[in-house]
Amino acid sequence: MEQTGDPIVIEKIHKSFADQKVLNGITLRVSAGETVAVLGRSGTGKSVLLKVMIRLLPIDSGSVSIAGEEINALDEDELYQIRKKVGFLFQQAALYDSLTVRENVAFPLARHAKKMNVAERYRQVRELLASVEMDRDLDKLPSQISGGMQKRVGLARALVLNPEVLLFDEPTAGLDPITANEISNLILELKKKRKMTAVVVTHDVRATRLFADRLVFLHEGKVIAEGTFSDLQKSRDQFVRRFLTENNS
Amino acid sequence: MCKTNESLAELTGSIHNARDDWTRSCLAVIRNLVVSPFEWFGELGLFCARLFRAAITRPYQVAELLHQCDEIGSKSLPLVALAGAATGIVLSLQTRASLIQFGAKSLLPSVIVFSIIKESGPVITALVVSGRVGAGIGAELGSMKVTEQIDAMEASAVDPFRYLAATRVLACILMLPLLTVASNFSGIFMGWIATTLAEPISLRLFLLDGCKDALFSDFIPPTLKTAVFGLIIGIVACFQGMRTKGGTAGVGRSATSSVVLASLFVILADVILVRLILTIWG
Repeated sequence: MEQTGDPIVIEKIHKSFADQKVLNGITLRVSAGETVAVLGRSGTGKSVLLKVMIRLLPIDSGSVSIAGEEINALDEDELYQIRKKVGFLFQQAALYDSLTVRENVAFPLARHAKKMNVAERYRQVRELLASVEMDRDLDKLPSQISGGMQKRVGLARALVLNPEVLLFDEPTAGLDPITANEISNLILELKKKRKMTAVVVTHDVRATRLFADRLVFLHEGKVIAEGTFSDLQKSRDQFVRRFLTENNS
Repeated sequence: MCKTNESLAELTGSIHNARDDWTRSCLAVIRNLVVSPFEWFGELGLFCARLFRAAITRPYQVAELLHQCDEIGSKSLPLVALAGAATGIVLSLQTRASLIQFGAKSLLPSVIVFSIIKESGPVITALVVSGRVGAGIGAELGSMKVTEQIDAMEASAVDPFRYLAATRVLACILMLPLLTVASNFSGIFMGWIATTLAEPISLRLFLLDGCKDALFSDFIPPTLKTAVFGLIIGIVACFQGMRTKGGTAGVGRSATSSVVLASLFVILADVILVRLILTIWG
């Protein structure tokens, strides 16, 4: 693989489930500090693309390099070291339902920052939850808060280890327009403050205008177009133009 | 003539399609019957290898292990004690009449004590725990799997095998012998109550009579074999839970299969372990 120094380098990856080909030779590079939005119809392999980036799913062929490491060549311990550098916000937040909001965010810290005492850990957790406006519900269980609040807590958990790379799976899906806008603004704020590299899988075209430096379109497991929002508005591909217009009204 | 030919071609096509469908169905049935069990055991082997590695290497999840010991041990205690008590009462009621018939009424305390400590106590405890804990672990991990909580744990660089599976399996191994002791105690005590209600006998005399021929080798191996039952229950329930697919229906399937398979393997393991204990201790 060509060494570029980009934190995310994906080359010609293929992934199938039984007879169904989901990713069909995708190549994608994301530079440091860049936010890339991955768009496409449901079932085109966008979430799978995110999961193969940290080897939550194995690929059939190709290569994925995160923070300069080819992740498919790593053993389990080395893989966990790389995963510490990546924050992942899941589509349904995936909060641990037996833990409170505070414990959910403290969970990775408790396991990876063992020298930090409990008081310091909870101070950091509170600060982080305050930054996503969730510091008033510290002792609530995930089932006692709304979907939008769960996404905020999920975001705080993704950020707690100060990752170099952030992966967002449909951060605004299933939320009302106001909450969706608040989440988009949070991502924008993160981008400005932390200058993090991020890949955002989304259907929310309006949100991508707000925070994405580049848009990548997936269709039938392949990248069919990529560029800035204004570039793609002028795309010759009718599907891309239609997707941008119909989802941006 | 042309129309007849078309109909004939259509009919032939339908027959070919039906034959293909039938062949595919047959192959699917053969696959399910022959290949799937091998796949299941293969995946179980890989799961056990990863679990073993997670259990013996650092960092150890001591706090979570203690939490699971509480969940599996102390919360199963009332149910296990109740099952043990019922066994003791039933043994007393059922064997009393038979022993009177053969003029061996004085053996009743020994029969109750030996039946409970050697077989009924360990097996009933294991079956009760496989029902309560097996279903619980299968459903909990299954639900974590389908809601991506296990993926989230992996993404946070925390090994779910270490944090979720190893702690539960170890807790099952540690708690089963202790629960068996509690169940034995409860069974013997309630056996005495049932016996003394029919014909008064002091607890001291009942225990002296019951335990006069008992050796440590009658008590220790059967109690310790439940650690193997704990291993089986823990592994099967964690494995079924962590491979759950298909939403809430899948969670239900995992919970059910955890209980069924764990109970089945406990009974099969009991046959082997009893033979082994008899070979070693006679």
